[in-house]
Amino acid sequence: MTRHASLAAAFAHAKSENRAALIGYLPAGFPTAADSVRLINQMVASGCDIIEVGLPYSDPLMDGPAIQEAVDIALHAGTTPETVLEVVEQVVAAGATAVVMSYWNPIERYGVERFATRLEAAGGLGVITPDLTPEEAGDWIAATDAHGIERIFLVAPSSTDARIAKVVESTSGFVYAASTMGVTGARTTLGSAAGELVARTRPATDLPICVGVGVSTGEQAATVASYADGVIVGSAFVKRVLDAATIDDACIAIDALTRELAEGVRS
Amino acid sequence: MTVTDSAGHFGPYGGRFVPEALTAALDQLDAAFRAAIIDESFRAELAGLEHDYTGRPNPLTLARRFGAECGGATVYLKREDLNHTGSHKINNVLGQALLTKRMGKTRMIAETGAGQHGVATATAAALMGLECTVYMGESDTKRQALNVARMRLLGAEVVPVTIGSRTLKDAINEAMRDWVSSVEHTHYCLGTVTGPAPFPEMVRYFHSVIGREAREQILAAEGRLPDAVAACVGGGSNAMGLFSGFIDDESVQLRGYEAGGQGVETGKHAARFAQGSPGVLHGARTYVMQDEWGQTIESHSISAGLDYPGVGPEHAWLHDTGRAVYEPVTDTEAMDAFAVLCRTEGIIPAIETAHGLAGAMRLGKTMGPDALIIVNLSGRGDKDVATAARWFGMDLGAGVEVSEGR
Repeated sequence: MTRHASLAAAFAHAKSENRAALIGYLPAGFPTAADSVRLINQMVASGCDIIEVGLPYSDPLMDGPAIQEAVDIALHAGTTPETVLEVVEQVVAAGATAVVMSYWNPIERYGVERFATRLEAAGGLGVITPDLTPEEAGDWIAATDAHGIERIFLVAPSSTDARIAKVVESTSGFVYAASTMGVTGARTTLGSAAGELVARTRPATDLPICVGVGVSTGEQAATVASYADGVIVGSAFVKRVLDAATIDDACIAIDALTRELAEGVRS
Repeated sequence: MTVTDSAGHFGPYGGRFVPEALTAALDQLDAAFRAAIIDESFRAELAGLEHDYTGRPNPLTLARRFGAECGGATVYLKREDLNHTGSHKINNVLGQALLTKRMGKTRMIAETGAGQHGVATATAAALMGLECTVYMGESDTKRQALNVARMRLLGAEVVPVTIGSRTLKDAINEAMRDWVSSVEHTHYCLGTVTGPAPFPEMVRYFHSVIGREAREQILAAEGRLPDAVAACVGGGSNAMGLFSGFIDDESVQLRGYEAGGQGVETGKHAARFAQGSPGVLHGARTYVMQDEWGQTIESHSISAGLDYPGVGPEHAWLHDTGRAVYEPVTDTEAMDAFAVLCRTEGIIPAIETAHGLAGAMRLGKTMGPDALIIVNLSGRGDKDVATAARWFGMDLGAGVEVSEGR
């Protein structure tokens, strides 16, 4: 799979194949920087269209136990935002279409302008900010505009239609629709909230709408792909790595899950 | 001083840094709060509870013998320790519990450090027939076992948090995670003047009764305003409550005392103003103990209630504008003050409160015998007896071991 020059191109490619895009998340530095590059390269080789490289943060309050454990491991391995940018650079060089997902404080501390500059240089295309809403994003909007970095904000089932309109107005690249009211982590069933949220978001924007939080199986990916432009999977990948005895085993498990999900978005 | 814009900012601090899923709930809370405080029936109901249930107004006690230890200054204690449940925390919780009912929600969740806010929340939930879950760092459940038992007796579920540093910071993370999943029927009764807007402003409002009473009482007793008011500052709710009564009186110094732990130079402390820097934590921009990469640094204090790496955003603004002055007080200084108050006034303070008392001793010695100082006696120390006994090397026998828990 070759790297797309923009998120728009990645979604256009998926659309040309009459399917949703598959977006896979893994924290940088988990379990080590080098291993996270290897695992992400595997995700790309096995069928992820876009990679969300997680920036490990000490207080991930939107994340469930699996991702909490993973970022804890990454932080203990000494992962910093510099590591994250290096991981982005390496996976992009290997052919990934990559964005970063980060809580706000590490970016603010790094320097908003500096982060946007460095991410652009590394070949990263955008940033998902789960605890930053457009109201607090003045500097971020200026910096991302200046560096051509896509700004991916979230909408949630509790967002009013007026809120959705406001959020998508500041969003670029794609809209991240949180499928359920809750933290990240696999769910055995996905309720109807995600479909309803996508339907409410659709009239407000021409951007692709991707659904995340709770999607972990090929079957769920297929369901979400029937109404969304992209399917985001995070905790399920993380869980495969946590459960693997060795990094080779983790690669095998990641390959199998990616293939299952890639088949799901194509069904 | 008031909130400077409609989005809940205090200068550059405060605001809302939360997952979008919580925005609707915060908007709902904001609207309910603003409607309630101009609603006479709400105000009357809250005032009635404060009077008949909490036992307000509580006294402003002249502490003659303690004052002698404060450079001979005239020192008054605002007796929040005499409130029902034993600390100032009940003021905020009764207000938020009434709002919970007004919003038609049936469950309250809370974080707690020392357990005082958890006990207060469990109390208000019992009083108003609400379900209650309290998140408490596992380390804190051990050092504050008595309060865990109190919460359970009051019918609350206490969830020990076993991730991260296992203290207040992590309890807030877990409460937020619960709230994102349960927001339709659950109110998050945040226990201090931090978090996303409208919490800092709302919690200050419910604690402003402290400063309002203290101002009236000192004028009645001394015929003049104090030279300084002092309080310990963890998140900073008891301090904000006291400060709010005097913030517009420019002659009154506002003094906050944060936990210096084993000493600011050791890194084992919770001195956000001494060693922290502006950042975002738990939904607000404020002073945060963080490393060069923006990762939160674990705080340390003998006092569970002050063991927190962030601080209320209004305090951050008061600090930057110079209106209030914040200083660290070490574990040792606090425990020395704890002992002094016990033996001069016959009052066992909470260890949190002892930091404010140590500050008053320092302040009185600087200001001299003509100074008039109010210290917020924010909580009583029953919960800290085992910790204090260990600190002072006292043998209290098996009964204390049981209450301490394992």
